[in-house]
Amino acid sequence: MARKLPSIDVALVGFGWTAAMLAQEFTDAGLNVLALERGVWRDTPTDFAPTFIQDELRYYFRHELFQEASRETLTFRNNGGETALPMRHLGSFLPATGVGGAGIHWNGQTWRFLPTDFVAKSHNEQRYGKLAEGMTVQDWGVTYDELEPYYDRFEYLCGISGKAGNLNGTKQPGGNPFEGPRKRDFPNPPMDMTYAPMLFAKAAQETGHAPFPCPSANMSRAYTNPLGVQLGPCTYCGFCEKYACGNYSKASPQTTILPVLMRKPNFELRTQCEVLKVNLDNTGKKATGITYVDAQGEEWEQPADLVILCAFALHNVRLMLLSGLGQPYDPETNTGVVGRNYAYQITSAVDVFFDDKLTNTFIGAGSLGMGIDEYNGDNFDHTGLGFIGGGYIALWTTNGRPIETHPVPEGTPKWGSKWKKAVVDNYLKQCSISTHGAVMSHRGNYLDLDPFYRDVHGRPLVRMTFDFTDNEHRMSDYLTDRAAEIARAMQPREIKVSRRKGSYSIVPYQTTHNTGGAIMGDDPKTSAVNRYLQSWQAHNVFVMGACAFPQNPGYNPTGTVGALTYWAADAIRNQYLKSPGPLVQA
Amino acid sequence: MEKIALSRRQILAGGAAAAVVATERPASAHSIKGEVPWAPSQADAPHAIDPGGYIFFTPQEAALIEAAVARLIPADDLGPGAKELGVPTFLDRQLAGEYGRAERWYMLGPWRQGSDNQGYQSRLTPAQLYRYAIKQLDAHVSSIKDGRRFANLATEDQDALLSDLEAGKVDLGGVSGKAFFDLLLQNTIEGFFADPIYGGNRNMEAWRMIGFPGARYDYRDFVAKHGERFPLPPVGLQGRPAWSSKG
Repeated sequence: MARKLPSIDVALVGFGWTAAMLAQEFTDAGLNVLALERGVWRDTPTDFAPTFIQDELRYYFRHELFQEASRETLTFRNNGGETALPMRHLGSFLPATGVGGAGIHWNGQTWRFLPTDFVAKSHNEQRYGKLAEGMTVQDWGVTYDELEPYYDRFEYLCGISGKAGNLNGTKQPGGNPFEGPRKRDFPNPPMDMTYAPMLFAKAAQETGHAPFPCPSANMSRAYTNPLGVQLGPCTYCGFCEKYACGNYSKASPQTTILPVLMRKPNFELRTQCEVLKVNLDNTGKKATGITYVDAQGEEWEQPADLVILCAFALHNVRLMLLSGLGQPYDPETNTGVVGRNYAYQITSAVDVFFDDKLTNTFIGAGSLGMGIDEYNGDNFDHTGLGFIGGGYIALWTTNGRPIETHPVPEGTPKWGSKWKKAVVDNYLKQCSISTHGAVMSHRGNYLDLDPFYRDVHGRPLVRMTFDFTDNEHRMSDYLTDRAAEIARAMQPREIKVSRRKGSYSIVPYQTTHNTGGAIMGDDPKTSAVNRYLQSWQAHNVFVMGACAFPQNPGYNPTGTVGALTYWAADAIRNQYLKSPGPLVQA
Repeated sequence: MEKIALSRRQILAGGAAAAVVATERPASAHSIKGEVPWAPSQADAPHAIDPGGYIFFTPQEAALIEAAVARLIPADDLGPGAKELGVPTFLDRQLAGEYGRAERWYMLGPWRQGSDNQGYQSRLTPAQLYRYAIKQLDAHVSSIKDGRRFANLATEDQDALLSDLEAGKVDLGGVSGKAFFDLLLQNTIEGFFADPIYGGNRNMEAWRMIGFPGARYDYRDFVAKHGERFPLPPVGLQGRPAWSSKG
């Protein structure tokens, strides 16, 4: 079967953000590092050039940069009483295939979670009493203060544009007053604002909020990062999310790390190599390496001293389940760890239509916007509201790409002359406020292996069982009401409120913020990895990514994924390599 | 560097894939080590459709599609509609290509009916769905309208039928009329607003109608001009007619 290759120090599964960051760290430490990527090599001048990347049909609607469901997808059901069916094409979320992963087609919205987010269980229980029945919210096992230096490193790697709201405990006017303290300001100033975010900021201020420029991985000016890699100023072309940047203006593995990493003699990348499983020794407590299949269909066994799962959250969890790495979660008994606490994001929108204001939202960038944070996390008193958690409210001008973005007022037909007139009348005079809400973890929301459906290699697909609960709907309605109040204060002709109603659907695009399934924590009975993202079962396996989130706070995940990766890298370099073994005793 | 290895252009030009440093192990893997892969003439540019008549649609299918898209986005005082801007040709080329064949979709069984939240569960590819639904729709029209076809109905009757499809009131021989309608509407809007290289949005007329400046990549000079009208006409991936000399 699989032919055996010479051993390597570190094998990285997948080659997106987390793998590129770790490869840079471990090669600096003198290790020989191999990354295995199932997709192809991609880079700015050849694959994302500004002469052809502004192609809405090809990249978003025909999914050219995304995972191919024909090779691997997942099955989905709202609850354990249904039969899960395959997601036959992408919809609700957009995982990637290829070098750079989803890090090339993200928007660049780069937040820090709140200090209280990391202690969600103990904090909420202390303030509001026992959590709701079935809620499986946990503390992370790591604190904001511990992660602060690593957030900082990731932000400086990426050249994040923004305005500090809290420097060493002192509030800074114009920044987010609710953020945790930072040691220093963002590496770059905020982006230049377009009209609509400024209209939002004015209305938000008038209604008693503290608006601030949202943190952005789109460059507000030319930037050279600590590795010496240069990024160019953003040109506001409006093709960020679902696209790659043609202008070296959005932080991605390609624009921040790869020009340095790829030239190192102790790093190797193998593309079109898909990892099938993590191999364990006969005790099950140590990994011996991984097995992968290459583009020719040949299987290879790659021994490694250290195996690090760096694929997308859902894929890491699936690989653990396929490899017997950690006990699978059982919702009946609420035992087991792998697949536990799968969560997502709950979003809603309020469209704003003007008669007299040209908003020109085609001038945009993925994280160009003004936001407020009064209703995120526990920044407000939840007493009597019937939910915990929250989310930010922001007006982004990400794009005016017309297939995707042609909002029309309430009551407009979906086709015909009236639809056409509404699109023509409103296209240049609209904008949209988004709410971006947390999803708490619940006993019935989890991942496991599907009993029927298989991928191209014959392996079971991962099965997602997920629905929004009362907590999410109450919270999202609350946020949406606040967004509508601000929208009205913008004095538009009319608004359209789109709440997230009913059960979760895998069909319409929402966000690619799939979290949990291999969560971090203090207790091996309720977490798959410890506070350093190290497998409780096999000490030489670490698992990166948003699968470590015990629940999903009301922010985009990438900033925290980056911080956790550097946090784990430090623990591996400074503790694990000196004395390989469990970094936390179970 | 699979793209280099597979590039027909390079092979035809006799160009060796010089940028790859392969290790001995394993021989068949695409190994990249010691450099950032790059080679000239490798840009992954899009392919414009070949102009001309229909490839996928039969004349009868084309008649129905032309009539239907002309109702979904009609020509009117505001400007041309989907038919005038080439959406039927766009649909034809999409259905004849990898989208029509559902090449990126997961098309393995078992096949079951699911809830709406579980999404598309038909074993038909988009091309198969169009072909089957068009035939069934014309048969349905024929049975209720004295042997006539959809394309020959008065526009009011066409609108009424499309509304019935949209409302889920018509079964197309086991295929949901709503599923077909939703896909047709989605693809029609795609064709209307996509770059003209794909066959629709002829001369960027749809972009001009709404004020979208197209495939531009630098708005820095205009970011701070709040509330002003953007003064430049749209450009497509192949530029715009004024850029080309009339040869």
